[in-house]
Amino acid sequence: MIPALVVFLYLGVVLYIGIFAFRRAPGRQGAEDYFLAGRSLGPVVFLFSLFGAHMTAFTILGSSGHAFHNGIVTFGLMASSSGLVVPLALFLVGTRVWSLGKRHGFMTPVQMFRDRWETSHIGTVIFAVQAALLVPYIVIGVIGGGTALNAISGGLVPYWLGGAVVALVVMSYVFFGGMRGTAWVNTFQTILFLAFGAAAVTVIGAGLGGFRETMEALLASPATAPLLTRERVPPLFFFSYTFIPLSAIAFPHISIFCLTARRLQQFRRTVMLYPLCILAIWLPCVFLGVAANRVTDIPQIRDKIEARRVLATQGPGLSTSERDQLRTKMAADDVVLLLLGRYAPIWLAGLLGAGIMAAVMASDSQILALSTMFTEDVFAHYGGKARFGESVQVHTGRIFVVLLTIVAYTIALRFPHNIFELAVQYGFSGFAALSPLVVAAVYWKRSTKWGALASTVWVIASMAAVAVLQALVPAPAPGPPTVVWSVGGIDVLVRTANGTAVCGLMPVAPMTLVSVVLLVVVSWLTPRPSGVTLARYFEPPKR
Amino acid sequence: MSPLRRFLLVLLVVGFYLLHQDFWFWRAAKPLVFGFLPVGLFYHACYSVAAAAVMWLLVKYAWPSHLE
Repeated sequence: MIPALVVFLYLGVVLYIGIFAFRRAPGRQGAEDYFLAGRSLGPVVFLFSLFGAHMTAFTILGSSGHAFHNGIVTFGLMASSSGLVVPLALFLVGTRVWSLGKRHGFMTPVQMFRDRWETSHIGTVIFAVQAALLVPYIVIGVIGGGTALNAISGGLVPYWLGGAVVALVVMSYVFFGGMRGTAWVNTFQTILFLAFGAAAVTVIGAGLGGFRETMEALLASPATAPLLTRERVPPLFFFSYTFIPLSAIAFPHISIFCLTARRLQQFRRTVMLYPLCILAIWLPCVFLGVAANRVTDIPQIRDKIEARRVLATQGPGLSTSERDQLRTKMAADDVVLLLLGRYAPIWLAGLLGAGIMAAVMASDSQILALSTMFTEDVFAHYGGKARFGESVQVHTGRIFVVLLTIVAYTIALRFPHNIFELAVQYGFSGFAALSPLVVAAVYWKRSTKWGALASTVWVIASMAAVAVLQALVPAPAPGPPTVVWSVGGIDVLVRTANGTAVCGLMPVAPMTLVSVVLLVVVSWLTPRPSGVTLARYFEPPKR
Repeated sequence: MSPLRRFLLVLLVVGFYLLHQDFWFWRAAKPLVFGFLPVGLFYHACYSVAAAAVMWLLVKYAWPSHLE
């Protein structure tokens, strides 16, 4: 129970920072101050808060859980590819979004799209799709909070209560502190969870009897040796994962964070240090997830390994519900927490648990982003701000924060799911396929609102198609996938044990490529925006 | 920025992206670098450090200061 008490103390500190920042904020009634911290973040807070907003429960819990079952490939799938693609996207696109936001006063990506493509209702469609895709990402935070507090307390804090506590804390400091409170909390949390990795590796390594011995033992067993290679994932599938980090620049909370920088210079350090920050948090988590396969003295981990063995050896002969039960037993999002509970001293387990909570609670920036989008893109756009004033707009944003938290919590209770799969399938894939919109808006003069609409409709339709397919065709046991559609001996569409593949690729690859094609073709077929608008975007500002 | 510098930087980024698809270590666990790090994981850890170096080059030689 002591680790749980340390975590509760940590939650109290987080609340204090978030609300303290609110009290210190001058002119806090203004929408720009509440939603964008007055575009005033300095280099250190900008780096850590942006990084903290991007890293979520997925980073520590999801990555180690995925590595537990799939091996070292997890690092290449998500971390090293993000280390290139995300800072590159910030460098090429984020800087332009910041500049346009500053020049034209945008507070959300949809405001930019509306102005850039001279449209109103198509912007509303884009808002609706972005909101629909962001909700699962917020749900992940609640699931992660419930899972983490339950494991840290040794089961004393039930999942529903853990999720409720985390949701309540996040909601409170977002409600009172807005972007300024969120940014300072994120900075504190990022420093904490970056320190977590090195400390966790040291403590657990000693507990396991040394990593050299652990790796040699894993290598010696035919059941675990493949985890130290990438042979469980085909190269083509691995390649298609590099599309996923494109989501970073299309995530509304990341775009909105780009608008909070005081100066363009703030991007320099962020771009250069981003890959190293990713390395610092992902490498320990992936490594520990793999090493957990060597553990024999933690019953819960033994049960997961046994469930995996049964599914692999007897899976084809089992019913769908029996396979689903085994998958539930295999769920490994808590594997790092179990390692800490077993090998870390009690006081350190509490501190490390707080480090995990720091990553889990990154849903704050997503909740705030969605609130910003609602108040700016719907409430203000359709006359609410002009009619009721800016103060009511901020209050509306706060009410939206509360409602959104309740919705996310309700979904998390009804739909507990593997964090990694939920994030990849519904959060990352959808936003990755929307990334061509942001690139086209800031780089391609010829892009049009109709091209943007075609691309957006495609993204939501393809996401829905994948969800329907996976609901209709049960996941097969590990091994050969279920072929859904084959042409000339080529498996075009298959249902795999973990999701869906299109011509051997993750769905995100064809989704993004078709999104680009639709954007280009439909834009060429429709009239471009007026010269006045294009001049505002593509000609140097007059000094 | 001169066309040659732009070309070289684009080449650098594209080449670096291709290096991510390291099929040459696909089925290899050994050598265990430092005695415990599988070679495929070590490669991608090094790749992350190299990515920071690539970003440093971009910031130094292609910074969009006109946007300020």
